[in-house]
Amino acid sequence: MTAPLLEVVGLTKSFHSGGRRVVALDDVSLSLAPGETLGLVGASGYGKSTLARVLVHLIAPEGGSIRFRGQDWLGLNGAPLRAARRHLQMVFQDPLAAFNPRATVGSVLTDPLRIHALAPRAAWREEVARLLTRVGLAPEHAGRSILDLSGGQRQRVAIARALALKPDLIVLDEAVSALDVAVRAHILELLVELQRASGLAYIFISHDLAAVRAVSHRIAVMEAGRIVESGPAARIVRAPESAAARALIAAVPHLVREKQG
Amino acid sequence: MAFLRRYLRSGAGMAGLLIIATIALGAIAAPWLAPRDPLAIAGPALLPPFTDARLPLGTDRLGRDMLAGLIHGARASLAVGLAAMVAALAIGSVVGTVAGFAGGLVDEALMRVTDAFQVVPRFLLALAFVSTLGPSIGTVVIAIALGAWTEPARLVRAQVLSLRERDFVAAARVIGMHPAEIAFREILPNALTPALAIAALIVAAAVLIEAALSFLGLGDPNIVTWGTMIAEGRNLLRTAPALSLLPGLALVITVLGIYLVSEGIGDALERRGRTTP
Repeated sequence: MTAPLLEVVGLTKSFHSGGRRVVALDDVSLSLAPGETLGLVGASGYGKSTLARVLVHLIAPEGGSIRFRGQDWLGLNGAPLRAARRHLQMVFQDPLAAFNPRATVGSVLTDPLRIHALAPRAAWREEVARLLTRVGLAPEHAGRSILDLSGGQRQRVAIARALALKPDLIVLDEAVSALDVAVRAHILELLVELQRASGLAYIFISHDLAAVRAVSHRIAVMEAGRIVESGPAARIVRAPESAAARALIAAVPHLVREKQG
Repeated sequence: MAFLRRYLRSGAGMAGLLIIATIALGAIAAPWLAPRDPLAIAGPALLPPFTDARLPLGTDRLGRDMLAGLIHGARASLAVGLAAMVAALAIGSVVGTVAGFAGGLVDEALMRVTDAFQVVPRFLLALAFVSTLGPSIGTVVIAIALGAWTEPARLVRAQVLSLRERDFVAAARVIGMHPAEIAFREILPNALTPALAIAALIVAAAVLIEAALSFLGLGDPNIVTWGTMIAEGRNLLRTAPALSLLPGLALVITVLGIYLVSEGIGDALERRGRTTP
């Protein structure tokens, strides 16, 4: 077995709201191999997004450790953190909110190239065109405003923005939940294709077990800030052990029927 | 430009734009409309308006051309008003962005400084500043901006506080953008709208403060301003009322025009709020 790309041990995080302490993450541990997809499912409000934001170093956990690429990820800050961020990218749920409303597709995609000096200024146009083609958009989209795109196109741009940095891991937080069903299927296909081509790892977070099943190698089920069950994707869907996993499968009736028949 | 179209649909905005455009054109064309030095003697003293075709608005007590004075005065008023507005917005947006984005102690400190500036009446602040540093157009501009930056600072800070929680700021952090770039390139341009909406009000207040300073003799002595003209005409209010009435009228029309423009900007911004979800 190869060394894990990401190793998370005992993450805890709670929020205070109105004098009440809400536990968002309760002793969460997981690990991920390079090129692997871990699906993270759970009903809304069970800490999935909190976990995503802790993993990409947007919010600090109260306890626990994260090793990413053999490095103490939580110990990084300032310039070394900004430099290391290129290896771990994130795609957000709302494809509109995730972009500066004044941005154009081209500016969104050149930002990462410029910040990490990945390509000389003269090569930006070409690199942006390459990225757009890779996510199934036309190079001509570069001149468009983000506001002129459809939800599916925006999410493709978001994926292209993450890909621009050639990361080892992309955290997808409900990345297809805001899209309609047909567009969702295209984006899922695109994700799998990109993984085959470049050996990316994903953490795919969703409340939609069908989508998670379609892309994941392994699935972890979250409930009330804890991972209650994890294992190979097929096994979790076929023989769920926890009540939470069973409830999620019951919520996707067509999936169960498909598996039984 | 959707904004421009919405602006042009506003009646008040159109009227204001016409007034200000006329005054601004006059101000810009001053060297051609009134090529002679407005401070030089042009004819007999105290010539009443509409008596001499060469001096349509007459002359003041030293025989200086009133029309030339008004045209050149428009230059000073608008230049000071615009410069003070730009300076106030620049200071205000930087302070507001840094306070809102940094949060914590930095925010506390900057906002207490803002409070301190806000409790001093603007005119007193300008008066104190100019009388200490001496009257020149530069000090007048800074003096007015010093009293005017606090409101934009508060408006920008409030916007930044809500914007910094948005996903696009998180996305910028995830791609490793430097915090200073996030604050000034990603957040600030999106936080400016409410501050721009009061920009015209700042210009109007600045024009009035400049006139008041000149009236008190604290304007730049080397340029004609409406305030100085009113002050000089004041002693002759009974014998030659036009000397103070004409520049006073110019001042009123200018400030009214700026207010109407501000009204139009407000209308246009509000209409956008109604049409977009």
